Amino acid sequence: MGIINKSRLKSPWLLHYDGSSCNGCDIEILACLTPVYDVERFGIINTGNPKHADILLITGGVNHRAARVVQNLYEQMPEPKVVVAVGACACTGGIFHDCYNMLGGIDKVIPVDVYVPGCAARPEAIIDGVVEALKVLAKKTSKEVAV
Amino acid sequence: MKQLIIALFVILAAPVLGGFFSGIDRVLTARMQGRVGPPVLQPFYDVFKLLGKEPIAVNQRQVAWALGYLTLIIASLVLFCLGGDLLIIVFVMAFAAVSFILGGFSVKSPYSHIGSQRELLQMLAYEPVLILLAIGVYLQTGSFMVGNLLNQSTPLLVSMPLVLIALMIILTIKMRKSPFDLSTSHHGHQELVKGITTEYSGPYLAIIEITHWYELILLLGLVTMFWLQPVWVGIILAMAAFFIELVIDNICARLTWDWMLKFTWSSGIILCLINLGLIFAHGKGVI
Repeated sequence: MGIINKSRLKSPWLLHYDGSSCNGCDIEILACLTPVYDVERFGIINTGNPKHADILLITGGVNHRAARVVQNLYEQMPEPKVVVAVGACACTGGIFHDCYNMLGGIDKVIPVDVYVPGCAARPEAIIDGVVEALKVLAKKTSKEVAV
Repeated sequence: MKQLIIALFVILAAPVLGGFFSGIDRVLTARMQGRVGPPVLQPFYDVFKLLGKEPIAVNQRQVAWALGYLTLIIASLVLFCLGGDLLIIVFVMAFAAVSFILGGFSVKSPYSHIGSQRELLQMLAYEPVLILLAIGVYLQTGSFMVGNLLNQSTPLLVSMPLVLIALMIILTIKMRKSPFDLSTSHHGHQELVKGITTEYSGPYLAIIEITHWYELILLLGLVTMFWLQPVWVGIILAMAAFFIELVIDNICARLTWDWMLKFTWSSGIILCLINLGLIFAHGKGVI
């Protein structure tokens, strides 16, 4: 494992996008950044810019309006990248699954690597999900021939 | 030959030292906010990760300007460490900043454009003080050469304390710390998405980060210049300045650009002018 691969696991920068969430999960994600949970311990930074991000955290299911935004954000992120669906709605559509305007979970639009269930997902579960996402990131990068 | 070795040493050692300082910055900032914070080596992890990411440039000019920024900052640092002309160093630094700004303007993103415009305003705020600093050094030693300061028996701080205070104000802008982190900011802070660096990604963002490390060392070097005999006092002075900047960063909110201009022009320039006036009067035997 080269120094670049090691660094990838040590410095995951997050991009957080609210698909069509009730904001419950969003508040829990922001709680991770407070001194109580302090995700910067793991080098995690909330970037707010897809061009700088490694991990895409999406809360809420995808509706017709948000679908192209989610796709656009995903395409703007440089490789290697992983996607984490946070909360019941992002995983499956949740209680909104049979609404007329919903497409369903995030995986209807872009490939999702890690699913974090919960309504709302607890900050501990979200941090676990991100750590799990790092393992996926490690697997993705080990497949590459040269870095 | 000796100069070449010094230059090579500076080019190799400065980013290591700068990255280390930037790590200390992040740990101290976290502690001041009641957090544990990342490991000290975090900036190196960030940069290595960025270097390994897929290179996506919006256009080629953007990359050229980023490289220009890096080389010009390295040039000014090497000039400084070789004891070069302070006026030239200030101008090369200004060229570096212009290169960075043009990089921000070379893309279409409005965030990047507003960030670049704010960076221009920042230059407007800090350049006069840097030039007055160079003039102060000239009035004191009769030369713009940094190397000449080594021969001075009394340190610069004794004759130019007010200029040092003005330089501290400038340091806040140059280190991209609150209250003046208008064009782009560090850590997890966001302003205009990421301001002037919004459109840089992967290895090109890494170039910008490494340039910031060189710049940090150059700025701390400027503070060290105020006490070069013995040099360790100057280094302690620079460390103290670094720490004070972190405290200011953590107790201040971000201000708007017109506050920045008003503050640097009213306090910074006037402090410098009073100091230069005193040196001039002292030289004429008035005081």
